[in-house]
Amino acid sequence: MLSYASKRVLIGIATMLAASIVVFAVLEVVPGDPARLMLGMNATEDAVRALQEQMGLNQPLLVRYFHWLGGLLTGNLGRSYTYAVPVIDLITERIAVSLPLALISLALSTTIALPVGLFSASRRGTISDTATMGAAQIGVAIPNFWFALLLVYIFAVTLRLVPAGGFPGWSAGMWPALKSLILPSIALALPQAAILARVTRSALLDVLGEDYIRTARAKGLTRRSVLYRHALRNALIPILTILGLQFAFLLAGTIIIENVFYLPGLGRLVFQAITQRDLIVVEGVVMLLVATVILINLLVDLSYAVVDPRLRGRT
Amino acid sequence: MMKFLKSALAGAAIALVASTTSFAAKTDLVLGVVLEPPHLDPTAGAAAAIDEIVYANIFEGLTRIGPKGEVLPDLAESWTLSDDGKVYTFQLHKNVKFHDGTAFDAEDVKFSLDRARGDKSTNAQKGLFADIDTVDVVEPLTVRIALKQPSGDFLYNMGWGDAVIVAPESADTNKEKPIGTGPFKFDSWAKGSQIVISKNPDYWGTPALLEKATFRIIPDPAAATAALLAGDIQAFPVFPSYETIAQFQADPRFKVVIGTTEGETVLGMNNRKPPFDNVKVRQAIAHAIDRKALIDGAMFGLGTPIGSFFPPHHPAYIDLTSETAFDPALSKKLLAEAGHAGGFKTTLKLPPPTYARRGGEIIAAELREIGIEAEIIPLEWAQWLEQVFKGKDYDMTIVSHTEPNDLNIFARDDYYFNYDNPAFKDLIKAIEATSDPEKRTDLYQQAQKMLATDVPAAFLFQLPKTGVWDAKIEGLWENGPIQANDLTAVKWVD
Amino acid sequence: MSVPAEWQQNLAKAFSNRSFLIGLIITGLIALTAVLSFVWTPYAVGTLDIAGKLKPPSEAHWLGTDHYGRDILSMIMVGSRNSIAVALVSVVIGIAVGVPLGLWAAARGGLIDEILMRFNDLVFAFPALLSAVMITAVFGPGAVNAIIAIGIFNIPVFARVARGAALVLWPREYILAARASGKGALRITVEHILPNMANLLIVQATIQFSLGILAEAGLSYVGLGSQPPMPSWGRMLFEAQTMISLAPHMALFPGLAIVVTVLGLNLLGDGLRDVLDPRLRRDR
Repeated sequence: MLSYASKRVLIGIATMLAASIVVFAVLEVVPGDPARLMLGMNATEDAVRALQEQMGLNQPLLVRYFHWLGGLLTGNLGRSYTYAVPVIDLITERIAVSLPLALISLALSTTIALPVGLFSASRRGTISDTATMGAAQIGVAIPNFWFALLLVYIFAVTLRLVPAGGFPGWSAGMWPALKSLILPSIALALPQAAILARVTRSALLDVLGEDYIRTARAKGLTRRSVLYRHALRNALIPILTILGLQFAFLLAGTIIIENVFYLPGLGRLVFQAITQRDLIVVEGVVMLLVATVILINLLVDLSYAVVDPRLRGRT
Repeated sequence: MMKFLKSALAGAAIALVASTTSFAAKTDLVLGVVLEPPHLDPTAGAAAAIDEIVYANIFEGLTRIGPKGEVLPDLAESWTLSDDGKVYTFQLHKNVKFHDGTAFDAEDVKFSLDRARGDKSTNAQKGLFADIDTVDVVEPLTVRIALKQPSGDFLYNMGWGDAVIVAPESADTNKEKPIGTGPFKFDSWAKGSQIVISKNPDYWGTPALLEKATFRIIPDPAAATAALLAGDIQAFPVFPSYETIAQFQADPRFKVVIGTTEGETVLGMNNRKPPFDNVKVRQAIAHAIDRKALIDGAMFGLGTPIGSFFPPHHPAYIDLTSETAFDPALSKKLLAEAGHAGGFKTTLKLPPPTYARRGGEIIAAELREIGIEAEIIPLEWAQWLEQVFKGKDYDMTIVSHTEPNDLNIFARDDYYFNYDNPAFKDLIKAIEATSDPEKRTDLYQQAQKMLATDVPAAFLFQLPKTGVWDAKIEGLWENGPIQANDLTAVKWVD
Repeated sequence: MSVPAEWQQNLAKAFSNRSFLIGLIITGLIALTAVLSFVWTPYAVGTLDIAGKLKPPSEAHWLGTDHYGRDILSMIMVGSRNSIAVALVSVVIGIAVGVPLGLWAAARGGLIDEILMRFNDLVFAFPALLSAVMITAVFGPGAVNAIIAIGIFNIPVFARVARGAALVLWPREYILAARASGKGALRITVEHILPNMANLLIVQATIQFSLGILAEAGLSYVGLGSQPPMPSWGRMLFEAQTMISLAPHMALFPGLAIVVTVLGLNLLGDGLRDVLDPRLRRDR
């Protein structure tokens, strides 16, 4: 078990390292000079050169890469070219929006999807099962940004119940801040809930088909009590896996929704930083998100191995 | 008895009025701005977003630009000019302090100007200081600036945000914590969301009327509309959503002020690259553009058509739009004369602003009507600056030139238009050397006509300044002679 | 192998499968619309009519007009070409590169397999949209780059499916027999492995196709997909956003087009999975 775990961790680290090279190399060939962008149309050439020097852009590529990598290892993501503050500060500020958003939508999608999946599974083949799964099928097909637009039109433009966009900041108080996260988290949660409901249903049905469930049924337990006592618990593993993946997806997948609602989250930060050629910020955020995905996958793998020792042999 | 009643009523009325006025004395304001500034040091970046927050509010220069584009004294109380027009002597205001308590004097002026024009300067408008030969401290509050040659624009140049006076103690930290001499002090900055400034109680001049002002960053037009309607923000001096202006015009709670800017919007063409080196092709393109449809479609009717590169609010302006009136038949004829009867394929590189993206789509469709297939290539600003502006690797582009006094860009060598017309260069030289207003006007008009017929770029419209704010606010600028939100005279009225 | 008989059987199964039927009808209609748009649309999409902009649905314009006075129905029809083309080509890229990679890894095993799997991990570690943003920052926005951005993510998907299926097939007796008779790994792969995973790949391709439609819409919505004057559903939604209080119909119809298309493909995929039962057949 330990050797399996350490192998997984090593692979995770190697993937991170490879990712850092890819990120750095890709962004290096992005056309556009951050110094020129900051100084604009009337800038003189020597002013641009002076700024490039100040930003450290005139150093050779490899020197910059290792400097950056060395910083990463010590937890220093560098200083933003445009904002001139540590990248980590920018990320912390933005996570205060993205993380709550991802968590709220995850909670929302779970509270919708689990009961729906359970309901559907317990009434397999009935009209209500077909209807719920039909609705879930449509939910999966709805692009979240379009759903967001519809929500904005109904609740912000027409009914004026909630703001159409923007974020007042947590300093403005709990309620105003939460209020501006309501529509975005619903928009994010719905398609996720549809997927999760389908997974929950099929995981439950799979478990219900297993031998020991049949035995339990044969022993005279009612279908309902089998469903809740045995099936649900055993179906939790695939459900939790999907949840883990969805969380990683949500954290990064908020990019479009943050654009619709203009929320100052991580996604907006990346977008903005790319247009401003604030590449060091882009590199920092991408690495953070990549690390999150790798970490979650690692946890999922390891927890699988704990549950099912047969998997340890495979990688 | 009646008398008593009357006076009692009057008294009650006075009390009522007094109580409402004291009740209505609102002293804070939340403004919307579209772009977040990268940092807050106007002497180290071109972003108009910096000036929109700090100009006149936090930082001050020797002179300043007023709401009508006029030059006003600021930190310099007065000045004299030597007879040869080359040496300015500025008398500075007494008792001026920076926000951190350090005193302001002539040394700060020398420091700021020498820093801006020095070798390590990262000033985005370094050219503003090119005329300066020396800066000398004569007395603690007297500074002498010697120029290399007489310059009619020097006092104006010193009023730019890039020429504000900073202190040596705080110059390096102004990006994060700007320290100026202005009527407002920097308070806080929540990145991606808002910047707060508050009244400077120790201000040397007329104090600000607001206690606190918050600039909320809202780049999304739909969110901007919603925030104004909801009252989250009370003013949007440069409102980004042209399509919803009409909605605010119909709403008595708001004041909509459509002013002018210095932004001449042009369809730039690469004058050295065939077929744009042929004046007939350029004229054909200009005649193919329906300015009214363009302004209606891209700007929702806001914006003044222009026929040359000159702002309509300038006294020397002449309307030359008829020179390149919409006439597709003439366009086709001109194309045929130029040897491109069947049209040709070309590209149209567009920077991000709405006017460019939407305008580009409309112009591409109009050009298709006369046989020119223009492929649209959207670019971010960084790429646009690199490819189009610096690299001159483009066929056509759309951009608004928002700097004031910029007729001379068509006379610059190595400018992105690649336009080289000795006659026009002579005209610009003559304008710079002329001080007689009438002669200047005449020369300005000659220059306008020359551009209108030679069409180094197709001239589209003057960018409007679309301000929307609460009807109870007074003192915000109507026009945008420079990109600034001067809050020094802003107040709530009832 | 009696393919025709098996197909007949599948066909009969398919036409009694509800989701397959509904999915087939919807997908067929969308494809027909796309084809029809080459020869006929109610209005030309390249011509602007600024005076007739932002008109709500009417008899002349069934779905209304946009901010340049273009007919939205025509735009949606032509836009379907864009969505289908981008999603289709990126699936083809995924299959063309991913399947051989997966088969190769399965046939060779060892280091090659390990490297390929680690490469998969690497690609999957990048949030898809973020990578698309970076790719377009390098190459600039456009339909081709949208295809590349989506296609790159299809490669590991198909590689994984092909590898997994091949690993199950290799130890089968008839394959072992073929090996014993001296057939090379390449020949066995082409003759025995590939045909036996075709069903699996068809189902996966349908799923990736529908994901591709969604991804293309997302990319176009943030301005990274195909560029004007080519109509695109995602960009239509982006343009509708600021006009939502003036012309909500601009936001409604392109979105519905996306939902219907994706729904049709998903139903088709589900149906195919039921019909073809892409868990590998036990033996033969």
